[in-house]
Amino acid sequence: MENTEPLLVIDELAVEFRTDEGVVKAVDGASFTIDRGEIVGVVGESGSGKSVTAMSILGLVKSGRRAGGTIRFRGRDLGELAGKELRTIRGAEIAMIFQDPMTALNPVVTVGKQIVEALRLHDRKLSKDAARDRAIELLALVGMPDAAARFKQYPHEFSGGMRQRAMIAMAIANGPSLLIADEPTTALDVTIQAQVLDLLRVAQQETQAATLLITHDLGVVAELADRVVVMYAGRVVEQGDVTTVFTAPRHPYTVGLLESLPRLDRDVDELHPIPGSPPSLLAPPPGCPFHPRCPLARDRCRTERPELRVVGNGTAVHRTACHFAEELAAVPTEVTR
Amino acid sequence: MTVETAAAQRLEHLGEEVLRVDDLAMHFPIRGGVFRRAVGAVRAVDGVSFAIDQGETLSLVGESGCGKSTTGRMVVRLLEPTSGRILYRGHDLATMSEDELRPWRSKTQIVFQDPYASLSPRMTVHDIIAEPLRVQGRYRQGGADRVSELLDLVGLQPEHANRYAHEFSGGQRQRIGIARALALDPELLVLDEPVSALDVSIQAQVVNKLRELQQRLGLAYLFISHDLSIVRHVSHRIAVMYLGVIVETGTRDQIFSAPTHPYTQALLSAVPVPDPRLRGARERITLTGDVPNPANPPSGCRFRTRCWKAQAKCAEEVPALEDRLGTGHPSACHFPELLPVLPTSGAAS
Repeated sequence: MENTEPLLVIDELAVEFRTDEGVVKAVDGASFTIDRGEIVGVVGESGSGKSVTAMSILGLVKSGRRAGGTIRFRGRDLGELAGKELRTIRGAEIAMIFQDPMTALNPVVTVGKQIVEALRLHDRKLSKDAARDRAIELLALVGMPDAAARFKQYPHEFSGGMRQRAMIAMAIANGPSLLIADEPTTALDVTIQAQVLDLLRVAQQETQAATLLITHDLGVVAELADRVVVMYAGRVVEQGDVTTVFTAPRHPYTVGLLESLPRLDRDVDELHPIPGSPPSLLAPPPGCPFHPRCPLARDRCRTERPELRVVGNGTAVHRTACHFAEELAAVPTEVTR
Repeated sequence: MTVETAAAQRLEHLGEEVLRVDDLAMHFPIRGGVFRRAVGAVRAVDGVSFAIDQGETLSLVGESGCGKSTTGRMVVRLLEPTSGRILYRGHDLATMSEDELRPWRSKTQIVFQDPYASLSPRMTVHDIIAEPLRVQGRYRQGGADRVSELLDLVGLQPEHANRYAHEFSGGQRQRIGIARALALDPELLVLDEPVSALDVSIQAQVVNKLRELQQRLGLAYLFISHDLSIVRHVSHRIAVMYLGVIVETGTRDQIFSAPTHPYTQALLSAVPVPDPRLRGARERITLTGDVPNPANPPSGCRFRTRCWKAQAKCAEEVPALEDRLGTGHPSACHFPELLPVLPTSGAAS
């Protein structure tokens, strides 16, 4: 079973939040998979459900309610696991890297001690000294200069980039098979972001962990991911190999995103924004959630919700949730130039 | 005066210098001890000079702590500079008192980054946009019409006037902020990370609106941003800042195609580009370490602690901002080198 099924299978996941105004469908039937050792980027704008999806994997969505779907990790349904079983997976087999390291690191415990704790929690037989040596080794691995001295320091003595390194060291401490990185470089300056992206690459090679990279930054995905999943209004609208999706997108939302971007690598005469704004998740539009903003929209889009289906004839599987994806193939866009 | 008549006047003066900033500095005191005496200073901005023409966009780019926002706030005199001059059409705003400043305030306006924090939750959109008119005593004569005109100008509906800011999305709020900034017919807008808080699809709407307004109204923009892709899209000229000083400045093409300062080159090479085909094909300069503490900047060249080319001279002598290579644009490096780090357009296809 382990060998045939992908490492992680998210199937028709739905997550709701109850608010004073009504039920918010933050994730509304999202499905995708991650294979061993691969880097999958999940992109989308605020409210697309990308972070809620990631948090759901480890059961970290506090106020939200799982309204449907399953998340299977190595063939086991994570939703069925008791709290204790989930805790043995958390931090050991599946580890998280957060956007803001200060919320993930304990401010009153030294960085070294926190890594030692993470190590010994999942390996009771590990001696204190051995854990200490391993922690220093990990800090050195993530490029911390003078790791032995840094081991004894508190998070506030670290700069933003160094904290992110410490958190990555902690995340890879137990050799996880899945790393979930939620906007890992969003709060960082561009030169520090470049350091952390290099480091994520190193961490991935070192641990061979599959990585789920949640980001709003299409550039980060293009640099790092093997495959990309595009989310909109709680749904997966397109997924496929990163080069295919970026150069031959088959969902009008993906095309719109790419055409909205000012480019560093070329002159763009005019940006082509997507008109309007994302729908309210309290009352998502019927049919395709993107139809109110879509240039291809017609009657069918207003009534019938498009499901993900295979498009193109490339070797990698490319899926889109658009009734009229084939029409995009003919449109010469700035993006596919 | 309607928007169009004011615009017509400005369009006649396109290319004239509106603002000249000369050796501007802002040192924030660090207080310590029992008597809260100044025991040091954070040199947030430490001798910055530039000029902007009517109808032109000059961008200040750099990472957090480089002094770009502090510079913008001094230009609109939200901060009083420690030293230097802010010459607005020849009049020095840096040393004016509040009373002297009042007539000049309307000429330079600012749009802030956070559209959630910069609009009062207790005021209607009409009142937010009318406030500058009231403060300057211009509301009584046709103020209400003026507000409608401004809403239309930034692409909002007249019926939006009676709603509150929380009823709007981020992009719409930023339009409200722009309408407020335009209320007094300014000649220069300081745009402090105006689209950084917005999602990409909305970002493009606001960027296009800002460009349209500039062309229609002949506005000068001081555009402050950390996002080099947007800067490339909106700027005529660019000044790259590092730790309180300008390290390189030039036209958009000079900065993006012919950067000569190592910091500019490192910045350009570090930005992830949304084209997977360029992966591994680009020149990558990864800087080590972090930006030093601006309270205690390195001697000589401030970038030397992270620079791969640093030599003894860099610690001893502050490099002047001058054109050493004959590229036509100045850079503050003792050992400048022409190194185009960006892929040329279409190279991947």
